[in-house]
Amino acid sequence: MLSKKKLFTKGMLDVAPHMLSVIPFGIICGAIGVELGFDPYLVYGMSIIIFGGASQIVFLQLLSGGASSLVAVTSVGVINSRHLLYGAVLSEYLEKLSFIKKLLISYLIVDQGFAESNKFFKKNKSEQYLHYHLIGTGATLWICWQIATLSGIVLGSFVPDELGLKFAIPLTFIAIIVQDLKKIDHVIVMLVGGTSSLIFFNAPFKLYIIISPIIALLIAGLISRFKR
Amino acid sequence: MTWLSIIIAGILTYFTRMTMIALVDRDMLGEKIKAVLAYVPSAVFPAIIFPAIFINDYGTYIEINDPKIFGAIVAIIVGYFSKNVIATIFSGLISYWFIIFLLV
Repeated sequence: MLSKKKLFTKGMLDVAPHMLSVIPFGIICGAIGVELGFDPYLVYGMSIIIFGGASQIVFLQLLSGGASSLVAVTSVGVINSRHLLYGAVLSEYLEKLSFIKKLLISYLIVDQGFAESNKFFKKNKSEQYLHYHLIGTGATLWICWQIATLSGIVLGSFVPDELGLKFAIPLTFIAIIVQDLKKIDHVIVMLVGGTSSLIFFNAPFKLYIIISPIIALLIAGLISRFKR
Repeated sequence: MTWLSIIIAGILTYFTRMTMIALVDRDMLGEKIKAVLAYVPSAVFPAIIFPAIFINDYGTYIEINDPKIFGAIVAIIVGYFSKNVIATIFSGLISYWFIIFLLV
């Protein structure tokens, strides 16, 4: 049985490599917000209040492009609706926690943290304090995100544009799912999800982010029926 | 006004994180649903990866010879064999830089 501290540290270490993409992206997010002409306090406030990378950029871009607040808020909700799927997956491992702890830990759920903690949970189901791994991944992402967006706001985009560091974002997610390419059923689900996202990319409110996973999961449902 | 929108967006985002964890009892989900949930990473992440590679900042498809495609292929190969996140990200970035800085 691993101690709380060990699990927390393991979580930090497991998610640490992803900071290679999270930190440049955070700097870019902070810098873009200020470049678009928004109050720096407001741009930073989003990192605490929303705490959701891509959705923060989209929110500011929509508002500065003249969209209504309703459109901007709806888009944030739609982009972040994928957390519902993460929560459904994680609930199995967190069900023993008290209601208050569930409420607190929820704030820390982010893509990379979910992905790395979920991988760890699958292999270590019997651990008693599993949630400390999730706190480790979540806290690491939270702190790096705060520092990165804040430096982008204060220092401007000191990451040269020419480096195209936004490209690190898809790479970080490739690193997360690449081992599942060994399984043909997962490959099919990935191709369906990815292709759908291209087809529905122009749907309003960034709906492609949730439509495509749902289509892919419907296919996954069909596959798991065949497998039985 | 913008602050109010941010707070509403934040509450909305928090609810997407909290709802399934705090309000849904796992027993409410049947075995079939649990089997499908095992595919969540494979269903969600390609919807982030594909547009980030194949669609440019202006919302149009990239060319087939775009350096991002080459970078992604290198990252997939390196990631598959190395099982290492840092190697995956770096190999993708370096091969991408190699093309945009040295070849173009």
